[in-house]
Amino acid sequence: MDTSGGKHTGQNRDSLAAAPLLDIAALSLRIGSKQILDNVALTLDPGEILALTGESGSGKSMTALATMGLLPDAATATGSIALSGQDLLPLPDRAMNARRGRDIGMVFQEPMTALNPFHRIGDQVAETLRIHGAMRRAAAHHGAAQLLARTGLDPARIPPSRYPHELSGGQRQRVVIAMAIAMRPKLLIADEPTTALDVTTQAQILDLLDRLVKDDGMGMLLITHDLAVVAQHADRIAVMKEGTIVETGATAEVLRQRCHPYTQALLDASFHRPHLAPPVPGGPLLVARDVVRSYPGRRVGLRRAPEIRAVDGVSLTIAKGERVGLVGESGCGKSTLTRAILGLEPLQGGTIVLDGQPVGTPPTRRRMQAVFQDPYGSFNPRHRVGRLVSEPFHLAAPPQDAPLQDAIARALTEVGLSPEDARRHIHAFSGGQRQRIAIARALIIRPELVIFDEAVSALDVRVRARILDLIAELTTRHGLTSLFISHDLSVVRGVTDRLLVMKAGKIVEQGPTASVFAAPQHWYTKLLLDAAPRLARPPPRQVRDA
Amino acid sequence: MAAYLIRRLVILTLSLAAASVVIFVVIEVAPGDPASFMLGMNARPDTVAALRVELGLDQPPLQRYFAWVGGMLRGDLGLSYTYRAPVAQMVAERAQVSLPLALYALGLSVLIALPAGIIAATHRGRLADLSVVGATQLGIAVPNFWFAMLLVLLFALKLRWFSAGGFPGWSDPLLALKSLTLPAVALALPQAAILARVLRSSLIDILAEDFIRTARAKGLSRRQTLWRHGLRAALIPVLTILGLQFSFLLAGAIIIEQVFFLPGLGRLIFQAITQRDLIVVESVTMLLVFAVIVVNLLTDLAYVAADPRLRAQ
Repeated sequence: MDTSGGKHTGQNRDSLAAAPLLDIAALSLRIGSKQILDNVALTLDPGEILALTGESGSGKSMTALATMGLLPDAATATGSIALSGQDLLPLPDRAMNARRGRDIGMVFQEPMTALNPFHRIGDQVAETLRIHGAMRRAAAHHGAAQLLARTGLDPARIPPSRYPHELSGGQRQRVVIAMAIAMRPKLLIADEPTTALDVTTQAQILDLLDRLVKDDGMGMLLITHDLAVVAQHADRIAVMKEGTIVETGATAEVLRQRCHPYTQALLDASFHRPHLAPPVPGGPLLVARDVVRSYPGRRVGLRRAPEIRAVDGVSLTIAKGERVGLVGESGCGKSTLTRAILGLEPLQGGTIVLDGQPVGTPPTRRRMQAVFQDPYGSFNPRHRVGRLVSEPFHLAAPPQDAPLQDAIARALTEVGLSPEDARRHIHAFSGGQRQRIAIARALIIRPELVIFDEAVSALDVRVRARILDLIAELTTRHGLTSLFISHDLSVVRGVTDRLLVMKAGKIVEQGPTASVFAAPQHWYTKLLLDAAPRLARPPPRQVRDA
Repeated sequence: MAAYLIRRLVILTLSLAAASVVIFVVIEVAPGDPASFMLGMNARPDTVAALRVELGLDQPPLQRYFAWVGGMLRGDLGLSYTYRAPVAQMVAERAQVSLPLALYALGLSVLIALPAGIIAATHRGRLADLSVVGATQLGIAVPNFWFAMLLVLLFALKLRWFSAGGFPGWSDPLLALKSLTLPAVALALPQAAILARVLRSSLIDILAEDFIRTARAKGLSRRQTLWRHGLRAALIPVLTILGLQFSFLLAGAIIIEQVFFLPGLGRLIFQAITQRDLIVVESVTMLLVFAVIVVNLLTDLAYVAADPRLRAQ
């Protein structure tokens, strides 16, 4: 694919004169005494896709909100944000109301919460048309139906009369996109539009955005942390770090040159594969046989819909010392299966035993520990880290005070924190550090099986690389058996020996990780691998004039 | 939806049946003879025996229960022992005061709470918010009968705008409403304080939701966003409180009715209890249980109407 210099506008850029669609110059932003943005400069031409990339907290979303005029009340901005030559920053809210939705459309990260749960989707799209006086009620509803169809929602299956809760995440994101493009805005801002979506849905949504940009000649500011997405969809790229743009240029150029060390670091982290020592598998540790977890179907009138099988006859064996990955999209049953393995779900059929004992019994509980996705929600904020880390000891015989403090110190040191951290509260730690604490908590009682449930999904790419290294190192050092659950294939690749692919409650493919990646057998595995955005490893950095 | 309604009606019927059994057992079957209780310590044995026959206490309990329930279903709530009048008629008379009073107070509390809650939530942390929060603190802390006395002192005794008490009947609706105004205000103020607080906090939560930001991104002004997207969602918890408050206002106004000399349901129960008129107590209690359960059902149906997510379940 040719990504050098504007794939949509290369031909007609000259005819559009010099003034860019969006011209952000010297934009600085403070909230209280905190500097959020520092001298940000960006330009975007009509029909162009500019990716704004960087890690969380780098100021990407604040740049978008500043452009929308939707900054928090406490924020003060200086500089200029010119849309088609007019500076938006000094405009009063009333003037921005007229521009938002009409000249600038915005798509948000979280489709699950971005729609009003009380209104029909058709009404929500029609509202954009009506608020700007483009159409009256009846016409707006007709227009909304057309827009929803245009974003790929088949009116026969998803009519405009549906409510958001009746739609999947990808379908909701299409509704949000329909609202954003309703007035054919000149500028579309998409803030991590696919981060919350599955890989196959992500591909569809990104293709949809590409097509809309091309058809309507919009300029799109695509905010994403995912360099693979950037490489495949953006004409140009701006790399942001701590509120400043450190590097900008044509996508292929920036990825090849990587003038700024931060760009280099981001790219390295994206390709990072932890070093995993070859496995020394022993006898079977966890054996699941024909596991069924079903829920009664929804009540329709006085009847019941057929039961829903979240896990549908799954059998798997994990040998001692083996590192197994479990991948699949949301709703495929992998979380339910995980909870079943932890003994937290009643089963309607089959058995799960750990070393001969059924899971869920006290002796198995202390031999299994889990690390979960959310580094923010999985700790009690009132307790100090020492207490949080030593929690699993209530499953074993708790050691005396001095040995307990030793154990806590050892566990924290092992995950790269210091023993003094035991006295601090959890809010003092970043997402990556919290995940280290979660790992320390899981390993402190030396379990035999550790389950990592989307354990790095919420982390930035560089932090993720370091946590994956840590996991690889610890599993090797302690000869741990691990089950690594993720929707992200690239994550599982580096830390597992064997891979299971799950779809609709069943395991559709399993095999050594390397061979599943190299030669997938099942169509669904192929689909997953195809849909995942790929980042070609650029050649080693060259001298600029070479 | 129809299935949901049928299920709820079945539950309603079962709750009423259970309540009726409890009330009947407590008053008529539990140890202690109702007739001698009603007549007091010094009654002559033959008077007690006569009353027992009159009340039907010589019949077996099961038969009495069904006679009582059957009577209620036909609208016959029995005969008051003290007043020698049909309880149904007495209740109907008293309800002419209590029902309008409860609705009046409820309406006032909503009228006060809605703007107060909205202003506080949209001006969070500023003077308007602090004033509302301070005022609601006061409204919750001060008992309503004390408000009532202050209102009487100011508006009846000092300014002479309203009468200090009594109810002239509905022959002159304007005069009737006027005489209910001070009691309604006294009842409404503490309720409004609670409602305003609930609305404020629920609106603050809702205004931080992602879909509010989406609405702003579409080009809606702050005000349009509030009215079209914020308020409906924020009103759901308010609805819960409203349902509870109506039940309370219907019969919980005893003290206020006492302060203003209003012949309402609360006073009827109070008098019936002091005069040991168990027939009245029994039937009116059952009637109030019925009202509370129906109001709860209506609240739940309002939820379903307000929130499409509940309709699916």
